[in-house]
Amino acid sequence: MAFSEDLKERIKKIMSKYETKQSALIPVLHEVQREYGWLSLDSMKEVAELLSIPPADVQNVATFYTMFFTKPVGKHIIWLCRTLPCALRGAQQVEHYISEKLGIKPGETTPDGKITFFEAECLASCGTAPVMLVDDELYENLTRKKIDELIEKLRAD
Amino acid sequence: MPEMRIIRSYVDRANSETIESYIASGGYTALPKALRMDPLEVIEEVKKSGLRGRGGAGFPTGIKWSFIPRDSKKPVYLCCNADESEPGSFKDREIIERDPHQMLEGIIIACYAINAHKCYIYIRGEMPKGARILERAIREAYEKGFLGENILGSGFSLDVILFRGAGAYICGEETGLLESIEGKNGEPRPKPPFPAQVGLFGCPTIINNVETLACVPHIINRGADWFASIGTPKNTGTKIYGLSGCVNRPGLYELPLGIPLRELIYEYGEGTRFGRAIKAVSPGGSSSAVLTADELDIPMDFDSLAKAGSMLGTAGVTVIDESTCMVRVAQNLAHFYRDESCGQCVQCREGTWWLEKMLTRIEEGRGRMEYLDTILDACSQMKGTTICALADGCAMPVESIVRKFRHEFEEHIRLKRCPFESRYMGVWEED
Repeated sequence: MAFSEDLKERIKKIMSKYETKQSALIPVLHEVQREYGWLSLDSMKEVAELLSIPPADVQNVATFYTMFFTKPVGKHIIWLCRTLPCALRGAQQVEHYISEKLGIKPGETTPDGKITFFEAECLASCGTAPVMLVDDELYENLTRKKIDELIEKLRAD
Repeated sequence: MPEMRIIRSYVDRANSETIESYIASGGYTALPKALRMDPLEVIEEVKKSGLRGRGGAGFPTGIKWSFIPRDSKKPVYLCCNADESEPGSFKDREIIERDPHQMLEGIIIACYAINAHKCYIYIRGEMPKGARILERAIREAYEKGFLGENILGSGFSLDVILFRGAGAYICGEETGLLESIEGKNGEPRPKPPFPAQVGLFGCPTIINNVETLACVPHIINRGADWFASIGTPKNTGTKIYGLSGCVNRPGLYELPLGIPLRELIYEYGEGTRFGRAIKAVSPGGSSSAVLTADELDIPMDFDSLAKAGSMLGTAGVTVIDESTCMVRVAQNLAHFYRDESCGQCVQCREGTWWLEKMLTRIEEGRGRMEYLDTILDACSQMKGTTICALADGCAMPVESIVRKFRHEFEEHIRLKRCPFESRYMGVWEED
């Protein structure tokens, strides 16, 4: 696998904004993950080459941050907040509801590859708990109806 | 009583995030005023206002700014800490999403004061909407000449770059944040040297919280004396309190610093859900020591809470009612810190792990009485012994919960099970 010219151009553009090549690493990993959905060993090696840093440094960073995936994930990602303010307003119940509905536990992907379900630590929306981040959108004051509609939409996509 | 809205004045207005709306409500009038002042005068004004950092530590902002060497041969940086991740805190999200220009105006003024020509806004990865809104706000500010070369003809130039994190609580720690921008793991740096001397890329750097920076245009426009007249003498201005957990009206409330906790919960939060009694309150984000129902008359400011052995932190108040198992609360928090420890310091890496393990055993009925003293001992060894405050952030709430609710832990151990009937720690509105 090699990055397309288009992706390489975008990476160069990102690099031009930063003081050092390494400081472009996190923005570049976001960009590569947007393209492929996750960060394979090959992609990490290619990023290392473009940024002139050791591949181990790229892998080190990619595995430190929870939003970078070094294994394939589903087409859609559900991040359900589990931390105290959400837990006090039913996050554990929501987790069981979603788990039962999808037939998977947190950390797993549905067999059709559509949805990966993760627990998240505090999503900074404690006033509208329980909440979850689904791809790029936050869903607040979760109810069964909201969850049902959303999962139906994700499955159909 | 209505809130005392200064920063939240326009958050309910449609399109409040656009530059047109901000300008129509008097925005970007502090900037030209500041640019006509000497940078040192700006710092003096912020010092005089008594503004203390809203990110948790409460350090005086003007004094922090004055640590930047005036004759620096190296570039100076400002980093805006928009990595809001403290459980219980959700105030910065609203500023970012509903009034981003207010914080941008504060950023430009701060950069002028400390002579920085580049600012990084570090927004947490889990806020994609906030990132979209800020990208647009930054673009709008460039188009109107509030950012870029020679801002408003003043000769002062500034570039702002939005940097998205990727999921790590520790990057909200200021030097963890710097490491992350440099493309590394967010592992906090030993201090000294402090960032004002050796910060981003080895250059003098100031790191300020979103809400702190949003206060700045108001101080410049209405004066330090006006700001200092709000709150109490050493805790000036308004504070955006976040109320969550077992209350009827969770949400954000902007009030003068020093409002009693009881008033916040009962007047603004309209009391507890189902009229249940309060068992405990986490007053300043999850890293603060919990208070009991006997401590609700404490004024919500930096010094009063410190005196009570807790802290104002980010002023994210989480209310825990009588139906909640405190062992589960401690376990939930220990899990968070174990998950978020960067792993550099043994006390933190091992301590958070052991705390979660012991608390889980107690909750599952496999605990022993001697665990309680072991937990307290571990907590005391985690405090003040590590590079950053994450270990303290775990030890303080856990220690306070074990000390103040020891009988609940003992009951679990005696009965060899959790005495609470529900298998869940909270109540879902749906049930």
